[in-house]
Amino acid sequence: MTAPAPVREGLFTDADPPHLLGGRCGACGQHHFPLHDVCPYCASEGTEAIELSATGRLWAWTAVTHPPPGYKGQVPYGFGVVELPEGLRVVTRLTEADPGRLHADQLMHMVIDPLHIDDEGRPVVVYAFAPDDAESVSSTPMTSIL
Amino acid sequence: MTDVEIAGVGLHPFGRFEGVTVTDMGVAAVRSALAEAGVGRGGFQAAFCGTAYGGVATGHKVLGALGMTGMPIVDVEAGCASGAAALMLGGAAIRAGQYDTVVVFGVEKMPRGIIRSSFFDAWQEEAGFAATPAYFALRAQRFMRGAGVTKQHLAAVVVKNRRHGVHNPDAMYRSEVDAEAVMSSRVVCEPLHLWMLCSPNEVAAAVVLRRSEPTAGDRGSGPIQLAAAVLRSHLPGAVLSESTPMAGLTDDTLPTPTTLAATDAYEVAGLGPRDLDVVECQDTDAARELMSYEELGLCPAGGAAEMLEAGVTSVGGRLPVNPSGGLLSKGEPLGASALGQVVELVHQLRGEAGARQVHGARVGLAHTVGRGANAGVVVLRRS
Repeated sequence: MTAPAPVREGLFTDADPPHLLGGRCGACGQHHFPLHDVCPYCASEGTEAIELSATGRLWAWTAVTHPPPGYKGQVPYGFGVVELPEGLRVVTRLTEADPGRLHADQLMHMVIDPLHIDDEGRPVVVYAFAPDDAESVSSTPMTSIL
Repeated sequence: MTDVEIAGVGLHPFGRFEGVTVTDMGVAAVRSALAEAGVGRGGFQAAFCGTAYGGVATGHKVLGALGMTGMPIVDVEAGCASGAAALMLGGAAIRAGQYDTVVVFGVEKMPRGIIRSSFFDAWQEEAGFAATPAYFALRAQRFMRGAGVTKQHLAAVVVKNRRHGVHNPDAMYRSEVDAEAVMSSRVVCEPLHLWMLCSPNEVAAAVVLRRSEPTAGDRGSGPIQLAAAVLRSHLPGAVLSESTPMAGLTDDTLPTPTTLAATDAYEVAGLGPRDLDVVECQDTDAARELMSYEELGLCPAGGAAEMLEAGVTSVGGRLPVNPSGGLLSKGEPLGASALGQVVELVHQLRGEAGARQVHGARVGLAHTVGRGANAGVVVLRRS
């Protein structure tokens, strides 16, 4: 079988568990993602590469129902923001594409998600966040607050 | 200090026009504005053209087709606020004494469907991160949770703006809709339904700016002054900022680009939100309009739903918002949106807006915000 290829190098590790690759600023201490040479918040140049926490809490979520421009995966797909313990909110795909099955502050963990098969037959993969199995489905689903 | 007045405006209607080029539309709008201002060939010393999708030398093609070139012509791209950016540059050049008369116009002919933006890297498109309505939806969800706003409020924004749009002959959608129909339209990205999102389309809008001396008195029948034209970008850190970052911080106190621009504009114009009579704001989606109430200081934090429900922002209310029908009725022509709003405000301040007239309007504000981030706030005042 052909080894999977990340949609872009340098975004995440393929260890078990996988981690997003971000940066930490030596001057202001803030974290960022993806890794930058210059801290996006204070403009210092002393950033170091780090593995970000593999787990976090759901901060915002929706589902994309029609393929956006240039997209090569399947619809619908979940899309949202997960807050990591480092004080970072990350925009991410979600493995759950039904907004009614997700809830605020839900525990989530990072996974490597198949996106599509490229022209050379390689599976292309991307990072996503999945709800923790241990957590039951929401008692306050999104639809109830709308 | 030198004042800048709006000497004339022109508009090619909002809509979809097969076989009409972006240059054709620009020519129509600029020709109308020049005629209103009584300005001909050689009568202006610079031109600024706002466009995001027009392509190379869009402004030159329009003025070339009119036989009016030789002066500096600058195309300005600032996303949804391109027109506000062009107005800022034109107004500032007059105030600085560089020119007496400047033409500012915006033209756009958007591709159909979800807007494709060169802002995103190829991998972001491939992986589904270029889903613009999804970012609107996430922003709407967070706003709704914090501000006591429901889907019914979002539908009510659409109902209000479409009702206003019925009376705007230049709007693309001119039929009323009810809340039930809005809620029955398909879900694009929860919580946003199709009719809660504006449609990308086409328009051209033009303004002639002219140096004027401050007028004595305050009669409300004098020239319309460009009291402020401000463009701001984002401060880094907000994950759902219009700058569309891949990540952000947990600091929820950062002022948004809209608030930055509005604060500057109020200071430059020497007035505040209580002095406004009419507002045209960015209603790319229905939640965006309600967020703008708060970000522009039209209501306190958490007060947008009440303001809408009380009818304050309907024509006939204390502070009508989007009497033109907004982008939800007119459609969204990115680089020309702001100048389309300015043309509407000029009609309102002149008292020539017909059935959608805001009676006695003397001070108007136009707001645009989008990718970049770019936020534009323009204040017009009739002296």
